[in-house]
Amino acid sequence: MPLFWLRVALTLYGVGLLCAVAALWDSRRRLTSVMRFTAGAGIVFHFVSLTETAMLSETAPLSSLHQVESLLAFLLMAFFFVIYWRYQTVSPGIAVFPLSFLLTLSAQSAFMAESGTAPQVSSSWIYMHVGLIMLGYSALIVSFFASILYLIQEKNLKAKTVGGFSSRLPALATIDEIGYRCLVFGFPFMTFGLIAGSVVAEARYGAAYFRDPKILFSIAMWVLYTVLLYARWSAGWRGRRAAYMAAFAFGAALIAWAANGLSSMHRFITP
Amino acid sequence: MNFKLIGVNHNSAPLEVREQLAVSEARLPDAVRKLVQQPGVDEGMVLSTCNRVEVLTSTRPGADLRGFFSSYFGVSTDALRSHLYEFEEREAVRHVFRVASSLDSMVVGEPQILGQVKEAYAVARGLGAIHSALDALLSRAFSVAKRVRSETAIGGSSVSISSVAVQLAEKIFGSLQGKTIYLVGAGKMAELAARHLISHGATTILVCNRTHERAVQLAEAFGGQAIPFERLYETAERADIVLTSTGAAEPLFRREHGEAILARRKNKPMFFIDIAVPRNVHPDVNRLDGMFVYDIDDLQSAATTNTAERKREAQRAEQIVESEVDRFAARMKSLHVVPTIVSLQEYCETIRQAEIDRIRGRLGHITPEQEAAIDAMTRGIVNKLLHTPITTLKSTADEPEAATIHEIIRRIFNLKREKLKNED
Repeated sequence: MPLFWLRVALTLYGVGLLCAVAALWDSRRRLTSVMRFTAGAGIVFHFVSLTETAMLSETAPLSSLHQVESLLAFLLMAFFFVIYWRYQTVSPGIAVFPLSFLLTLSAQSAFMAESGTAPQVSSSWIYMHVGLIMLGYSALIVSFFASILYLIQEKNLKAKTVGGFSSRLPALATIDEIGYRCLVFGFPFMTFGLIAGSVVAEARYGAAYFRDPKILFSIAMWVLYTVLLYARWSAGWRGRRAAYMAAFAFGAALIAWAANGLSSMHRFITP
Repeated sequence: MNFKLIGVNHNSAPLEVREQLAVSEARLPDAVRKLVQQPGVDEGMVLSTCNRVEVLTSTRPGADLRGFFSSYFGVSTDALRSHLYEFEEREAVRHVFRVASSLDSMVVGEPQILGQVKEAYAVARGLGAIHSALDALLSRAFSVAKRVRSETAIGGSSVSISSVAVQLAEKIFGSLQGKTIYLVGAGKMAELAARHLISHGATTILVCNRTHERAVQLAEAFGGQAIPFERLYETAERADIVLTSTGAAEPLFRREHGEAILARRKNKPMFFIDIAVPRNVHPDVNRLDGMFVYDIDDLQSAATTNTAERKREAQRAEQIVESEVDRFAARMKSLHVVPTIVSLQEYCETIRQAEIDRIRGRLGHITPEQEAAIDAMTRGIVNKLLHTPITTLKSTADEPEAATIHEIIRRIFNLKREKLKNED
């Protein structure tokens, strides 16, 4: 059943994504309300799927790559709705929807493949680690998308082309606030997520774990994240410079994610 | 029913004429009452705004609206002739739809007109001057207006330079609430633009002018603060919006000023509105991150883009109105045939009942089941016989031969004319 609900969610996200793309050209309000509705229904089914997975799974939840993808997609959609609720804008959807859709697509395609036990995953520290890190990741991703929207809107305002697509983007200050708030929000999760991971690693592998490429990349990502946050907070970095920094942090996050393949200790269960 | 509309608007009549005809809110009920007392006027309402005075009625032949107009307002028919427009039926329906959708407004898309129409409708309705026909027309007009508003972006863009400036400022800052405006130069136009920004929420006003007295004067008017000209640059960092309008021959704000200001205000965005000619802000400032410079030409062209966009949206809105007029006309026409259908059905029902009563006596005792069977059978015969005439009446309602078909059906079935009086 969780797979079925996940596929329902995927279909709904797909419809939402199509609406979001169509809304780029067509300003009718009906499109965005259809988009909100389908995405909202999608996230509900997605939640059902996640809960059922957690309850039914023989192995520990969040131990396979696809479950983590599913969780990340869910958190991104949740961010989209929080932003919509707070700022009344659906613009981040144009970036969030494709990513959520792809993550969910990938999650459902190999969902059933997982089986067997997860010898390394047992302690609740692991759940905390994965959950917190994913919250941090989604905040970083949304913040990165927001800085891209900022660049687009800034360029439009400087080029003095009013109307068209840019007229439907939120105000520059609003986009900036979304990006900054997401960073601030994600920071403690990222930090505590890494600490939780370290606690597990320390207990299991000792100091050797800290020479693992995965953990090195993760720490590099965290440092970039911190620098970005500090630069925005103290020097008021916005626009191009903030976007570049966010892109670096995002890239480091991607590498840290991909570094699972290099790591001998930090692995998802593979069938 | 027959819709008739007569009136003047900002296109047909100059302000002096409209002033003469304007009906104040207090006099409106009286005007409506006088209107429906006119011979031939079944229903009526009066719409009076600063741009239009219109009388909308549902009439029978013989109603003289022009006569009412000139007698009520005490203006001779000759004086009005060239200014008055008059629409009937379909044209009147279209006009009402266009007015309610703000397509006939001076500033197309302005939102107030719908409220004004609703108010005029409420007044007339409260006086009992509106019944089914105008009620159907107006409630349709309101939903057409709603459709136009939600399906086109007609209400989305503003036109004048001041409102373009506000619009841009809102695109940058989100809301003007709590923002600081810095007036550099204290001319009339700067004052107007500042007033507009303040009305949208800007709170702190700083005024800097070469002649300090004028700065003090203006600052007092806005409850702001006057800045001596020597402190022009060090004050600038406090401002979110800088409105420049001095007669300086060389730009006051150049790239190096911009860089210094940005560093001091932690890169917070800043909006320069430069309405001075020659310009007070060098275009290079616009290249700095977070600085947005719009000169008078930029504002002008932004305003024109808005107008062009609005025109395109207005065309889409006109299409919506046109299709709605078609739908409404079709509905009105099919309403015409309803009385004929009803009397046809009543006529046949009377015959059926009479026949059943006649045969009941001859049948003696019958069971309730048998009685029901007889009832069902006779009803079935009547319905089958009436099916074709009724569908023909409905389907030909908006075709030219409708009147002939009506007449034939009336004669064949010998339908009484008084049942059909609504029809003409």
